[in-house]
Amino acid sequence: MRIAVVKYNAGNTKSVSFALKRLGVEPIITSDHDEISGSDKVIFPGVGEASSTMSHLRSENLDKLLPELQQPVLGICLGMQVMCSYSEEGNTDCLGIFKQIVRRLPESEKVPHIGWNQLDNLKSALFYRAAEGDYAYYLHSYFVPINNLTVATTHYSAPVSAAIQKDNFFGVQFHPEKSGEVGSGVLQCFLEL
Amino acid sequence: MLTKRIVPCLDIKDGRTVKGVNFQNIRDAGDPVELAALYARMGADELVFLDITATEDGRHTLVSLVENIAAEIDIPFTVGGGVRSKQDVERLLNAGADKVAVNSAAVRDPNLVKDLSLAFGSQCIVVAIDAKTVDDKWQVFVSGGKEATDRELFEWASQLVTLGAGEILFTSMDHDGTKSGFALEALEKLHQSVPIPIIASGGAGKLEHFEEAFISGKADAALAASVFHYEEISIPELKRYLNEQGISIRV
Repeated sequence: MRIAVVKYNAGNTKSVSFALKRLGVEPIITSDHDEISGSDKVIFPGVGEASSTMSHLRSENLDKLLPELQQPVLGICLGMQVMCSYSEEGNTDCLGIFKQIVRRLPESEKVPHIGWNQLDNLKSALFYRAAEGDYAYYLHSYFVPINNLTVATTHYSAPVSAAIQKDNFFGVQFHPEKSGEVGSGVLQCFLEL
Repeated sequence: MLTKRIVPCLDIKDGRTVKGVNFQNIRDAGDPVELAALYARMGADELVFLDITATEDGRHTLVSLVENIAAEIDIPFTVGGGVRSKQDVERLLNAGADKVAVNSAAVRDPNLVKDLSLAFGSQCIVVAIDAKTVDDKWQVFVSGGKEATDRELFEWASQLVTLGAGEILFTSMDHDGTKSGFALEALEKLHQSVPIPIIASGGAGKLEHFEEAFISGKADAALAASVFHYEEISIPELKRYLNEQGISIRV
């Protein structure tokens, strides 16, 4: 199985690729269009800031390529957020795969949301190995509100989409590559889709 | 519900773990990758690596160490020590660090914090503050606690929020290495002063100290080094204890 991890300016591509290696998969870390299109699965990791990420994706024409992909695609954290239509972070127009708006977390709790929080209302094949209430690691200031694409939730100052899904596109707000056994389980499920 | 975090800290010098008492008398405490993997297995929520190497060679060693840690462990970790520029941050994040801590360089050039948070997002920029009480005021120190500054802890922390810091790692130099408990009053005041998460550091000696840091100190995370390195407190025991006290914790 060929797994492409999309390489861009400030992603945590290495952490994701280490997590895949721990599962016995050697991914290709690439921004090459043919390599991405030709892989069986694509992971679009995320650490960074929305507007600088989008301008980088545009400069590599990845903003055209990613929404066209037919194979399973998993966006992680900022990866998931820029797969939405628009982000309040830097007032950024994003990829529009998920027709959702990414909002800043309400200040009723400390922002960023940092740490281990639960996975609830699990409704996706990504969570076959997880149980309701399992903990995953979150690190974000912006979030996708609950919507018709939500397939897992968590709660932090607002109800938060922990995962969203549309056709072959999956997005998780938490970091499966940093969430211990629960996270490896999610990645394993993605590899088995 | 978001849980409180237990954060073992590994002070790194030339690729090895060391821990000073009151920032002095450093002695070897083992292989950092081994320790990191052990802590992850035992249920640590996060790890912090603070590099206290002064030499350029040592700095290069750090990047490869970060890669080795990222390859081995599946929980988040923060790397700090001598971080001065966007390039430094980029190198560490690319090597697999989740967050980067800045300390002295932020004091010398506060705009660095702004640049870093704009470039990488606030969520991965931790600002470490070392402070101690001087004439009843919490004075900020830099260069590993050696150099006094004219900054005051709470004002500096508030300014950091405006600049885009995502988290504050506050070490009380008065408490560090004493094992007599965290700086609870200062922590609580910090909690009132800033709307971002706070990692309490300095003074952990007993299980109860962690409980106090979370309850009276309102800390979001508690960091400790030697009590973990020298097995005076085991992480599973600590987490069981906190859970029994009704503190939200991942067990």
